[in-house]
Amino acid sequence: MAKAKVAFYWCASCGGCEEAVIDLNEDILKVVDAVDIVFWPVALDFKYKDIEAMKDGEIAVSFINGAIRNSEQEEIVKLLRKKSGLVVAFGSCSHLGGIPGLANFHDREAILTRSYETAPTVVNPDRILPQLSTKMPEGELTLPEFSETVKALDQVIDVDYYLPGCAPPADLIMGAVTAILEGNLPEKGSVLAPEKSLCGDCPRGEKKPEKLVMKDVKRVHEIIPDPEKCFLEEGLICLGPATRSGCDSRCIKANMPCRGCFGPTKEVRDQGAKMASAIASILGLEGEEEFSEEKAAEIVNKIADPAGTFYRFSLPSSLLRTRKRE
Amino acid sequence: MAKRITINPITRLEGHGKIEIFLDDKGDVENAYFQVPELRGFEQFCVDRPADEMPRITTRICGVCPMAHHMAATKTLDDLFHVEPTPTARKIRELLYSIFMVEDHTLHFVYLGGPDFVVGPDAPATERNILGVIGKVGLEAAGKVIDTRKRLRAIITNIGGKIIHPVFGLPGGVSKGITEEEREEIVKVAKDTVEFAQFLLKLFDDVVLKNKTYVDLIVGDIYKHNTYYMGMVDENNHVNFYDGELRVVSPGGKEIAKFKAQDYLEHIAEHVEPWSYIKFPYLKAIGWKGFVDGEESGVYRVAPLARLNASDGMATPLAQSEYERMFDTLGGKPVHNTLAFHWARLVEALYAAERMLELAADPELTGTNIRNIPTATPDEGIGVVEAPRGTLFHHYQTDKDGILTGVNLIVATVNNSAAMCMSIKKAASGLIKGGNVSEGLLNMVEMAFRAYDPCLACATHSLPGEMPLEVNLYDSNKNLIRTIKRD
Repeated sequence: MAKAKVAFYWCASCGGCEEAVIDLNEDILKVVDAVDIVFWPVALDFKYKDIEAMKDGEIAVSFINGAIRNSEQEEIVKLLRKKSGLVVAFGSCSHLGGIPGLANFHDREAILTRSYETAPTVVNPDRILPQLSTKMPEGELTLPEFSETVKALDQVIDVDYYLPGCAPPADLIMGAVTAILEGNLPEKGSVLAPEKSLCGDCPRGEKKPEKLVMKDVKRVHEIIPDPEKCFLEEGLICLGPATRSGCDSRCIKANMPCRGCFGPTKEVRDQGAKMASAIASILGLEGEEEFSEEKAAEIVNKIADPAGTFYRFSLPSSLLRTRKRE
Repeated sequence: MAKRITINPITRLEGHGKIEIFLDDKGDVENAYFQVPELRGFEQFCVDRPADEMPRITTRICGVCPMAHHMAATKTLDDLFHVEPTPTARKIRELLYSIFMVEDHTLHFVYLGGPDFVVGPDAPATERNILGVIGKVGLEAAGKVIDTRKRLRAIITNIGGKIIHPVFGLPGGVSKGITEEEREEIVKVAKDTVEFAQFLLKLFDDVVLKNKTYVDLIVGDIYKHNTYYMGMVDENNHVNFYDGELRVVSPGGKEIAKFKAQDYLEHIAEHVEPWSYIKFPYLKAIGWKGFVDGEESGVYRVAPLARLNASDGMATPLAQSEYERMFDTLGGKPVHNTLAFHWARLVEALYAAERMLELAADPELTGTNIRNIPTATPDEGIGVVEAPRGTLFHHYQTDKDGILTGVNLIVATVNNSAAMCMSIKKAASGLIKGGNVSEGLLNMVEMAFRAYDPCLACATHSLPGEMPLEVNLYDSNKNLIRTIKRD
C-alpha cells in the first residue's frame, strides 16, 4: 500500500515550528517510516511546481505553520488546501495569528515606512519601497503583496485541526500524527491539546491561596518573584487563567510568567477579554475598603500595554481585531 | 528572446527566498537576482510594547536561532535600563550562548550545508538531504550528531525554559540559576562536546578536504568575493560571540574600524531596492556602490568566515590551532572563498565547545545572586551579539516608563544580503553556459547562499541504542529509490 503523502509548509513564521518537528528526535523515525514527505522547503529540495503537478487531494495531510502576511502565502496555502485531504494549522501563528499578528495594531503603511524609510540606519533619499513588479534591464522581477493585515490560517482556508503552542511540544505533535495515521481523530475544528486552563496544571498551584488577590501590578524586570508563589499573587501578569494547558508549564518552570501561546480554552471566544475579566476578578476591589476607585485605576493603569500582552499571540483571531478592521 | 530560470522556493535554508536567472540569446547568464519575498515588520509592531518583553517577542524573528535574539534583546535591556548583570548571571548567559552556538553550527554542517558536500552537489534532489547524509556517513556518525544535539538542547531547556524561544533573560540578570548538580552534568556534556567538535572537523577533512573536486570548488573563482569583513572581538582581538567590540577589516586584511555596539550608526547604513523586501547594509565610510566587491565597495560580510577574517585568532587552544591550519591551508588571511564559511563554522563550533567547558568548570556559575534590579530611568539601549549567521544588532528607544518608541534591528543574515546576491550571480554565471542547465547545476547556484545562511535541519534521525531502523526513500512516482537500514 502506498504511504500517506505529507507536506510541511511555513508562512509568516520563524522556523521554530520546523525545529519542533526535528525535536521529535527518535520519534521522527516512526513518522518518516510511516509517511512520504512530498514538500518541506526547509529540509527537502522539492519546489512549488512539484506540488502544482499533484492531483487534487493527493496529499493526505498538510501541516501549515506561520501567519498569513502576504499574497504568496495566501496562494500557496490555497494550493495546499486543494491538494490535501486534511489541513492542520501548526503552532500559534497559524492557529491564532501569533506574534507576527501584533502587526495588526499598526497600519500596513506605517510598517513599510518604518522598515524602508525612517529606521535610523536606512539611507533612502528616493523613498524606494519594495514593489510588486520592477522592470529590470533583463526582465520583470515580482514580489508578493504585503497584505493590509495578518490573518490566522482559518481566515484564508478551511482548517481541519489545530496544534497550539509556540512552538507545539513534541508530545502533542506525536499525538496528532498518530491520531491522523490511525484515523482516530476528534470532531473537525478541534484543537489537539488538553481542555483545561494552564492554572489547572501549574506547578505553583499547590501554594496558590484559596482566594487569590492581586494587590499591585509589577513588570518582570521590577521584582524577583518567589519561585513557588503564583505570579498573579506577586503582581506579575501571567496569562495562565486565560490559556489552554498542554505546554508542560515550560516558561513557568524557568520562573517566568505565561504569555498565552496556547490560546484560549474551548469555552472561551476571546483570550484577551477572558484575561481582562480574570484580572478584574482578583484585583481585590470588592469588599476591600482600602481600594478607592482612584487606587483601582492606578493599579489597572500599571498594566503596561494590556492589549499587546493579553493578545500577545491571538490578536488576528480575536474580537478586538475584528472590531478594529471592520 | 532571453530565457528566464526561476528557483522557487529556494530550499534548505531558514525563511523564504527566490532566485531569478536571466539568460541571453547565447544561453549565458545575463543577470541573476536573489529575492526575499517576505517582511513581517518587527521594527514597527514592537513599538508601544513594554521593552522588558522584547527578549520574549524578538525570539519569534527566528526560531532556529532564537537564543541570538533573546540574548541581543537582553543585552539591549541592560543598556536601556542602565544595569549590569551580576557576574553569575553573565556567566550563565554566556554558557547558554556557547551551547547554542555549537548546537546550531552542528545543525548546519550536518543537515543543511552538509548534504551538498557529503551526498554531492549534483546528487538527485531526493537524496540531497539528511537521509542521504546518513546513508553516506553511516549511522554511528549520524547517531553521534543526534545524541549531542539532544543533550545540548536539554541543558538549554532546563535553564532557559524553552529551547525554541528561551525566556530566562532579564535586564541585569537571568530568571533562573544553576545548581551544583546541574553544573556537574554540564561539565560532562561539555567534555563530550569538545570531542564531538573535533570529530566534525575530522569528518570535514575526510569527506571534503580529501576530495579534490570539492577542494577545487572551495578555492575556485566561482564562489569567491573580495569584500570587507566584520566580527566581534575581545580585548585580544580574539573571536567572541557574546561580548566585545566590532572590528572591520578590508579585503586586504587591514583593520579599518573597531567600535562599540553603541556606535553602530556611525558605521553601518542600509540601502533599499524595489525588488526585494530585504535591505542591503553597507559600510557608511565606504558607501553603497552597488552589488560589487573590492576595496571601493561598502559591501561587507559577517558570520563564521568573516569573524575569523576579522579577528587575530581564537581564545581557546584547540580552536586556535584549527584556525591556523585553516588559514595556512587556504593561503593566509583573509580568505575570500565563500564555501570556506563551512570550514570556519566548524572551527567556531570547537571554540564554542571549549568555551562551554571553561564556563561550566567555573564555580561562580552556581552563585545565587543572579539578578540586579534596575533602578535608573530607561531611555535608549543598543545590544549586539554574534549570531551563528553573523553580527546581530538590536536598538531600542523608550519613554520614561520603558514603553518602546523606536526599534531598529539589523539581523545577522541581512548583513550578508548584498554579498549573497553577488554570490548567486557569480555562481550562476560561472556554472550556466550556452543554455546548459541541469537541476544539479541549479543546486550549485543555491549552494552559494547556503554557505551564508545555512539553517534549519530537516528530518533529524535520532538513532537510539539497539533500535532497528529502516528508512525508505521514494521518488514522486512512489518508486523505492533507496533503503537505509540498521539492524
